[in-house]
Amino acid sequence: MIRLLLVAAALLVMSSAGFAADPTEVKVGYLRHVQPRITISLIQTPPENDGLAGAQAAIDDNNTTGRFLNQRFSLEDVRIGEKDDPVAAAAAMVERGITLIVTDLPADAQIKVADAVRPRGAIMFNAGALDDRLREEDCRANVFHTAPTRSMLADGLAQYFAWKQWRRWFLVVGSHPADKLYGDALRRAAHRFGIRIVAEKVFEDTGGARRTDSGVVQVQRQMPVFTQGAPAYDVLVAADESDVFAAYLPYRTWDAKPVAGSAGLIPTSWDAAHGLWGAYQMQNRFMARFSRRMTALDMQAWSAVRMIGEAASRTRSGDTKALADFIKGPDFALAAFKGQRLTLRNWNLQLRQPILLADGRTIVSVSPQEGFLHQVSELDTLGFDKPETKCKLN
Amino acid sequence: MRLLGLLFTTSLVIGLAPDADAYMAYISNEKSNTISVIDTDKLTVVKTIKVGQRPRGIGLTKDGKHIMVCVGDDDAIELIDTKTYEIVGTLPSGPDPELFAQDPEGKILYVANEDNNMVTIIDIERRVPLGEVQVGVEPEGMGLSPDGKLLVNTSETTNMAHFIDTKTREIVANVLVDARPRYAEFKRDGSEVWVSSEIGGTVAVIDPKKFEIKKKIEFAIPGMRKEAIQPVGIGITKDGKTAFVALGPANRVAVVNAATYAVEKYLLVGQRVWQMAFTPDEKLLIVTNGVSNDVSVIDVASQRVVKSIQVGELPWGVAISQQ
Repeated sequence: MIRLLLVAAALLVMSSAGFAADPTEVKVGYLRHVQPRITISLIQTPPENDGLAGAQAAIDDNNTTGRFLNQRFSLEDVRIGEKDDPVAAAAAMVERGITLIVTDLPADAQIKVADAVRPRGAIMFNAGALDDRLREEDCRANVFHTAPTRSMLADGLAQYFAWKQWRRWFLVVGSHPADKLYGDALRRAAHRFGIRIVAEKVFEDTGGARRTDSGVVQVQRQMPVFTQGAPAYDVLVAADESDVFAAYLPYRTWDAKPVAGSAGLIPTSWDAAHGLWGAYQMQNRFMARFSRRMTALDMQAWSAVRMIGEAASRTRSGDTKALADFIKGPDFALAAFKGQRLTLRNWNLQLRQPILLADGRTIVSVSPQEGFLHQVSELDTLGFDKPETKCKLN
Repeated sequence: MRLLGLLFTTSLVIGLAPDADAYMAYISNEKSNTISVIDTDKLTVVKTIKVGQRPRGIGLTKDGKHIMVCVGDDDAIELIDTKTYEIVGTLPSGPDPELFAQDPEGKILYVANEDNNMVTIIDIERRVPLGEVQVGVEPEGMGLSPDGKLLVNTSETTNMAHFIDTKTREIVANVLVDARPRYAEFKRDGSEVWVSSEIGGTVAVIDPKKFEIKKKIEFAIPGMRKEAIQPVGIGITKDGKTAFVALGPANRVAVVNAATYAVEKYLLVGQRVWQMAFTPDEKLLIVTNGVSNDVSVIDVASQRVVKSIQVGELPWGVAISQQ
């Protein structure tokens, strides 16, 4: 009996010596502010785990790699509502030892949270907020951005129409603050790429339900009248992040013109129809795991968690500062099914990325368009570039 | 007059190239769902074979009797008779096969299944699966050491070359390479395995005994942005002295001195060049150009592109008969 025990003990010692040390644990937090969102289209209602699922998919991918490197990744989801304090939620995460936090927060909350956790050495990956100011005057040295900016999206769209020679736009902007910001980005893009805005209108949100039983009857009459009387134009571009009117525009404009922006041809970081450059595999594994299609927010969160995984495998480390330093360094590159490596704009910590132009069924094009050149990276023809940045990282 | 002489010499070199014995080159056309058959003597398409959905990885059985082609969207590898060009059977490849490697005896096939992080092992003759090996995310490139003992699989999102002992079917080492490794190719003497990283833009030369990267080859083409240089297919001559690397949307094939690892030349080919194969006499190298729907024929000795041949849509892989 004793002999047997001894053998067992010896085996135990051997096996623990045979394996390497305990795996490096990399804990990632996902902090999201979820607002109930009603959409015009029934099939575009955001899923409950929008974004989170992308982060989970990347955790799986990181762990498959981690198996070979003795690294283990985990995700903690923290969901806050209108009345919750994002700073308190983030501080509690840091308290639990989570200093790598992927966020889907409004711009103001994003800034507050970043400043609050910075003394604790935490870094954040903004996967949700499109606001240019977060990468410009309000940039922070501990916040990376995987979400594209409004200016990147607008430039991606404008480059395509410049190539297409559809250079006369009728711009319609919604009345909410986010719509106005997108309108600004579209105006800037038009100016940069030689597009003329021949008419501009504001679509006032007068409240009321998005969907009603006989609504379609009114909409069919309302939209032609709203777009009547515009000077000759090539394409109607709508800025409607609040999803109040843009989806009602296609096929209902007074003139027989295509629609782009927030409806029709939409610039985005990801679309369920995207299958190029290995994206097909990503879409398949996402569908198999979550039984739904992958959204742009999912891809932005996936990119954030994969950035962490990529840095961890290259540095063989789970140390937050080591990971952040690697991502900011010259050797960082992310493969994210966009046909070229995604790198970091180290002057404002924005992830460079091509912009997909999707019509809801197919990918129509991918910007930057051929012929838009740049001395550093053609991806820097999208959005605010280094010489014009207002960002000061310190 | 001297100029004229020079012109004559140049055209002579080009004119001389394709005097090899006639081999058949088989090109998989990913979008057309066909295989184009090229007579390497005439350098023309002599036949087009209809196959399953999304043909990509392609090779020949060692006895030369069958073409094997991965038809990813049909989750199978089709066997095509090289005499009749009829599809005579399928191999149970597992889901979404993309590339494969064959053991030296031609009995066993190792297949990368991109969709489920697996390598499937198949008995070619009996057409049955023998086993599976779990690897990293999106396995793609497959290379087998000349003695058949060591299999290299590259996983595109994990960014590793996994070294698998073919006897135990266990992973013995993992080597981290640059982003999106696509292809693995051993030197004939087994001294090195070369792994291309499409997004990283490099080729890692790995010592398959120490499992260490000996050298990382980088490419630079004047006037070409870095992101466009995306190495995929690799061909190394039997003597191990010269390597050719397809650079994707850079539309060039790099010629690398495989002893010093210096990039000596860039050959301009068609658009988005991916895979390649030598004729058995190594006189010609055929590379597939996806976007321009053609293949470029390279004269290996003079390192010149001697011809472009129109094939089907999105040509992807190429295999050349050995007799």
